[in-house]
Amino acid sequence: MAQKTKSSLSRRKFIQNSSYVAGGLIGGGLLGGLGGIVGRDIFGSKTATTTTTQTKSVADESYNHAFMYFTNPAQFEVLKAAIDRIYPEDENGPGATGLGVHFFIDHQLAGAYGHNAREYMQGPFAPGSNFQGYQSPLKRHQVFDVGLAGLQSYSQSQYKKDFPDITDDQKDTVLKAFADGKVPLKGVTSKTFFNILRALTLEGVYSDPLYGGNRDMEGWKMKKFPGSQMAYIQQIESKKFQTIKPQSLNKHFNS
Amino acid sequence: MAKQLPKTDVVIVGVGWAGGIIAAELGKQGLKVIGLERGRERSIKDYTMVHDELRYGIRYELMQDLSKETVTFRNTLKEQALPMRQLGSFLLGEGLGGAGVHWNGHTFRFLPYDFEIKTQTIKKYGANKVKDLQIQDWGISYDQLEPYYDKYEKTAGIGGEENPFAGKRSNPYPNPPMKDTPLTDRFKKAAKNLKLHPYQMPSANMTKPYENPYGAKMSPCQYCGFCERFGCEYGAKADPTVAVIPFAKNTGNFEYRTYSNVTQILHDGKKATGVRYIDVQTNEEFEQPAEIVVVTSYVMNNARLLLNSKLGRPYDPNTGEGVIGKNYCYQILPGTTGFFEDEEFNTFMGAGALGATLDDFNGDNFDHSNLNFIHGGSITLNQSGYRAIQHNPVPSDVPSWGKEFKQASLKYFTRSINIGAQGASMPAKMNYLDLDPTYKDAYGQPLLRLTYDFTEQDKNLYDFIGKQTDKIMKEMGASKINDRKTLEHYDIVPYQTTHNTGGVIMGADPGTSAVNNYLQMWDAENVFVVGASAFPHNGGYNPTDTVGALAYRASEGIIKYSKQGGILV
Repeated sequence: MAQKTKSSLSRRKFIQNSSYVAGGLIGGGLLGGLGGIVGRDIFGSKTATTTTTQTKSVADESYNHAFMYFTNPAQFEVLKAAIDRIYPEDENGPGATGLGVHFFIDHQLAGAYGHNAREYMQGPFAPGSNFQGYQSPLKRHQVFDVGLAGLQSYSQSQYKKDFPDITDDQKDTVLKAFADGKVPLKGVTSKTFFNILRALTLEGVYSDPLYGGNRDMEGWKMKKFPGSQMAYIQQIESKKFQTIKPQSLNKHFNS
Repeated sequence: MAKQLPKTDVVIVGVGWAGGIIAAELGKQGLKVIGLERGRERSIKDYTMVHDELRYGIRYELMQDLSKETVTFRNTLKEQALPMRQLGSFLLGEGLGGAGVHWNGHTFRFLPYDFEIKTQTIKKYGANKVKDLQIQDWGISYDQLEPYYDKYEKTAGIGGEENPFAGKRSNPYPNPPMKDTPLTDRFKKAAKNLKLHPYQMPSANMTKPYENPYGAKMSPCQYCGFCERFGCEYGAKADPTVAVIPFAKNTGNFEYRTYSNVTQILHDGKKATGVRYIDVQTNEEFEQPAEIVVVTSYVMNNARLLLNSKLGRPYDPNTGEGVIGKNYCYQILPGTTGFFEDEEFNTFMGAGALGATLDDFNGDNFDHSNLNFIHGGSITLNQSGYRAIQHNPVPSDVPSWGKEFKQASLKYFTRSINIGAQGASMPAKMNYLDLDPTYKDAYGQPLLRLTYDFTEQDKNLYDFIGKQTDKIMKEMGASKINDRKTLEHYDIVPYQTTHNTGGVIMGADPGTSAVNNYLQMWDAENVFVVGASAFPHNGGYNPTDTVGALAYRASEGIIKYSKQGGILV
């Protein structure tokens, strides 16, 4: 996110000023030092804001803003930088990280999807033709380990900088090279990694907020998609475009 | 050692539409029927939180668990087939009700031409027209099958209206057609301007409260936009778990066992003696002896079970001999997306089978004398309800990610519509099913191997029909339409359609077909193999109406066989 709130700045400052190098606990939160991420707000400015000011619903939502899969905050920064180029913030509204998509992806990689639980993963493995689909022996969470490390090292090789620190245009150039399958990765093509990254980003933007993305249904609002409605039988014949307040699945319990 | 169970009259493999119908019809006649279903129990009570696109529409909650079983795929005989590791091109179902739980409800009868395709094509255009196509007649005419269509349409409460190109109906549809919307209306007007003949698509989404002949009560569709890939929480979509299975149970003669995966048809070379199955929760093995075995699983599994059981003559693509695995077909799916700069539509509203269709370019409804293909396809505007994750329409010149993509996909979510065609698929000698020599399922059985690619016939049909959908979309007033590519190789990844057919085809000649027109196996008279696996080619429509009709036809055959035995035709 572009804007930095006061509270997140002060938190960053606190991290910078703290003797993190010792790797010790800081105020009960293990924050920096491990991945060389000082100077970046690893939790996202919005979450940081909520700790001091925000309403109940946003504060509740932030309980799931923690790692289920990722371990290394620097790796998470690479993910955030990538998904905000795939789905950027613009005049329509928030981008991927503003919608919580990075946490959505973390949680997805930790679960059945990230571990290809319902997919055929028996060998032997062979690369296959362009028409035979996913043939990597890697599971998706491993694809992300390889792919995010690849973004980092490719960025270093091209620009001598970490992926999150290069310009937006440079990030797009890197991502395009991945999308075109031009970057050699271990066990998977960069194209496959990019395709999963893109798909997960859009899923995080537009899936029910219960999964951790689509914060406050902002993804749906931008798209004029009303989420889970029980019926359109009264409106289906209408010639007029219907703007309907979106509804999420938790309404089935709350109403 | 498998545990031996007491013998039953009939054992059914797979409890979806075909299995449910046959169970109900046989139970009614007093035959003792056991249904074996490898998936879980399901009912509409399971769908209270079903409006979850990620879980059901994207992660395929209701579909087959591929970690247990999948198919392998290659385009040609020269390649090594590799497993379809993730669902993509088609969505295999699993669980009580089968794919009948998560279908959209499009319920078309095949055309009279389909059933006599070879005879009629040769008669009209000469033998040269069919020389590269492995087409054959179905061994049953439309008129013979008509009463069974009528039965199925009453069971499923189909709402529809007359189609000028359809075969003759003995009765009108049991329900009125679905509502017209600004989109269906616009499609129809454009089509009529082009002198075409649109009509409201026949729908298994109820258009009013309906009680079917079994006494199943179904509620009216709410147009909620969550149909395909989802179960219906209202019981408003004809679904075997609503429309037939409870009735089959009420006969007192039908028992179904879930989590029961059949691995073998037991036989003595001439007749089946029962089936072997595995309880997938405990891994215990059972043998269920039966007088009659009815195979009603999905297309793929019907062929695979026969091949794994060494029942019937496997098809050999090099010689064209043999029948099990022969004439696997798919569908050819041209279409047009139109983008509207100045108008906004309620695209997120819809119902699975809400739409308008025309058949002017389907079957032999148009002259093929100067065309390099036969058959054609139905053309439909289907307003099934766009959902946010799956639907990100952008014009061809917009990239697939980034700022420009975001802006265009947000804009066009409510400003784009699609016209799609379901092109018929003609069998080809080298498109077939057999057993994979390398890959196995979770129980050690060989996977089915799919060898399939598009043919010249397919490519020519695709181009021709695509031009028609472009024309209609332009007439509808689209500001621009997407670029249309030519059809290249079949790709197992992008979703295309779950209208796979063939592999255990029906016909009048035991030399060229696996089952007769009662779906009775020529090579094992007490085995009936029912489903779209019996289609000798795939027509230009959704298959379910024809599957339902064949299930009623087979029920009649099984009852007859239980009394008299022998080959029925």
